[in-house]
Amino acid sequence: MTTMSKHTLSVLVENKPGVLARIAALFSRRGFNIDSLAVGPTEHPDISRMTIVVNVEELPLEQVTKQLNKLVNVIKIVELDQAQAVQRELVLVKVRADAETRSQVTEIVQLFRAKTVDVSPDAVTIEATGSSDKLGAMLRMLEPYGIKELVQSGVVAIGRGARSITDRSLRALDRSA
Amino acid sequence: MTEHAATPRRGDHPAAHAPGQQTIETMTGAQSLIRSLEAVGADTVFGIPGGAILPAYDPLMDSSKVRHILVRHEQGAGHAATGYAQATGRVGVCMATSGPGATNLVTPIADAYMDSVPMVAITGQVASKAIGTDAFQEADICGITMPITKHNYLVTDPAEIPRVIAEAFHIAATGRPGPVLVDIAKDALQATTTFRWPVEASLPGYRPVTKPHAKQIREAAKLLVNSKRPVLYVGGGVLKANAGTELRILAELTGAPVVTTLMAIGVFPDSHPQHLGMPGMHGSVPAVTALQKSDLLFTLGARFDDRVTGKLDSFAPNAKVVHADIDPAEIGKNRPADVPIVGDAREVLADLIVAVQAEFDAGHRGDYADWWTKLNHWKTTYPIGHEPAPNGMLSPQQVIERIGQLVGPDAIYAAGVGQHQMWASQFIQFEKPATWLNSGGAGTMGYAVPAAMGAKAGKPDTPVWAIDGDGCFQMTNQELTTCSLNNLPIKVAVINNGSLGMVRQWQTLFYNQRYSNTVLHSGPGHDGIEQPAQGTRIPDFVMLSEAMGCVGLRCERPEDLDAVIKQAMEINDRPVVIDFIVHQDAMVWPMVAAGTSNDEIQFARGVRPDFGDDQD
Repeated sequence: MTTMSKHTLSVLVENKPGVLARIAALFSRRGFNIDSLAVGPTEHPDISRMTIVVNVEELPLEQVTKQLNKLVNVIKIVELDQAQAVQRELVLVKVRADAETRSQVTEIVQLFRAKTVDVSPDAVTIEATGSSDKLGAMLRMLEPYGIKELVQSGVVAIGRGARSITDRSLRALDRSA
Repeated sequence: MTEHAATPRRGDHPAAHAPGQQTIETMTGAQSLIRSLEAVGADTVFGIPGGAILPAYDPLMDSSKVRHILVRHEQGAGHAATGYAQATGRVGVCMATSGPGATNLVTPIADAYMDSVPMVAITGQVASKAIGTDAFQEADICGITMPITKHNYLVTDPAEIPRVIAEAFHIAATGRPGPVLVDIAKDALQATTTFRWPVEASLPGYRPVTKPHAKQIREAAKLLVNSKRPVLYVGGGVLKANAGTELRILAELTGAPVVTTLMAIGVFPDSHPQHLGMPGMHGSVPAVTALQKSDLLFTLGARFDDRVTGKLDSFAPNAKVVHADIDPAEIGKNRPADVPIVGDAREVLADLIVAVQAEFDAGHRGDYADWWTKLNHWKTTYPIGHEPAPNGMLSPQQVIERIGQLVGPDAIYAAGVGQHQMWASQFIQFEKPATWLNSGGAGTMGYAVPAAMGAKAGKPDTPVWAIDGDGCFQMTNQELTTCSLNNLPIKVAVINNGSLGMVRQWQTLFYNQRYSNTVLHSGPGHDGIEQPAQGTRIPDFVMLSEAMGCVGLRCERPEDLDAVIKQAMEINDRPVVIDFIVHQDAMVWPMVAAGTSNDEIQFARGVRPDFGDDQD
């Protein structure tokens, strides 16, 4: 077995059609594994930010970032160190809960500082954010009650401290605009 | 008849135009496209019109600056653009319509991507409202070419045309060159828009690094003067950076041996005493062995391709690696680098010359005398050679060697892919950059004729010879019609062994001589009796060539060889095709079998070179 490890990459890209396809195609063509990918707008309308979690060894990781950097629409790539970054996922989960078990489920919800966003006679829908570990722990607690449906976002992450990875890129973009 | 630019415009940046001369005019998107092509200095476009690109062809008819050459198949347009680019150093341009027109460009685009050729492909697309509806002649060419282009664009807003064309040429020509595709919706070509020039490129994510890091250069120079068995492993990047002069200065300053890969042939003179030849699967014994035994691979613009390294684990096991490349992703991709250098090969070499001189001045100088004793032994013991053909027959190597000798090193040679390509790389003496055009990375059969056509269009005063195989020739020979009609008098030497020779060679060596589907010209003759491979003459290349407006010649006997080559050299008013009937059992040697170690190189069939006792 090879030693794989997870790496979180923050990728600033030009907000143009086809960028997601280019990145997805690059990963599949070069045989890199994506664990999760989340994309959304940033504080600058011309820039989108992707958070990509890849499961690769150290050497292929270097190839991943170098190949990503070659894409013309990719502006900047930063690997976020686990310890130096806040990483969050969102999960929406529909759990079987009737009058008898509802209070127990609600207790778990409170324990994990999650929210009940919908209730029906035989189910509750829970919204939770947190690290993968926390969400995993919550889901394990909920499992015995019966998970009817589950949807989970990719990881989004941001570095701790005052420094921002977007500052310089945005200035560069403003200059060229 | 045609205007040809006097000076190369490699890397012409749109922002480099004189300030204050802003052009603003109202016109159609199609006119804007042609004006943009004129403004970036495109003088030749190879293409075929069709429905979606048709609006662009109307203003093209009026352009006095852009010559359009009407090819017979879009693949021909693509390879012609590549040949043009490789021969001139300028960006090659091809044009096609949507759907099948665009998909016929896919092979040459992939080819240009593998060999880092600056090319811009312009395709028409169905009207923007019809995109995604499976309209007539619709193909998602941007999606299709995403993995084989450096970048591509889908243009639906006519106002974007000038900026996109400027960016496309800039991206294609700078950094590591490559193909860029611009797909333009038909309605964007038809709409009225404003043409503005010059335009500001908007490429915040595109910043190729050309200036190497000074510390890395010093480290590299230090390794070089301290090594005992260095090799300058030179790839196509040096040729593309126009750094032949700098390479020669560094080589002669240090006295280190030089190998040039298939893509770098010509950047360092074959006749130079420090040149060991080509490395790789069919490289020379001294070149392959020098890399294997080296203690320092001084790598310049090369990428450790599997055809060079053989089995990667056992490639140059005792060598440290200096790896200079303009593409950071190539460094460490296949072989880890001890000293990585990101930069343009010319700037890297210029800085290295200074750094090595500084080491010399400090009293550090490499002593390669023992190394050269070995290298010279391998050079004299294992020169490139070939067996004579069976009595009375032509040997393919002899034909190619003689063409090289009679035509000389000033001509441009384009090869197809296969045995004839390897023989051309081995037996023609190349002395100058950009005189050897071939499909290295992609290995595209059928490359030679259209690439030669493109080279001739870019360099009309230079003799251009295509060295082609009979298999390759049957894939793209239709472009000879284009050559005849457009005053592009190329020469084509068809090395006709009646078979797909390289594949046949592998069948001989690895498939127990079972020749499954590699014999091209056999089949029952008119009397129903099975004919030998060359015997059927179907197709008859002489007649075929004459039908396309060329002079068709045939040569079957060694004693006629010189006369027929000279006859072809005399004809300059139309293309010439010579059908050289050669014996079919000739093989390419030396050879490192696929997937094996370079230590297993065979000088000839079953003959491993003797490397002596000190196999260090």
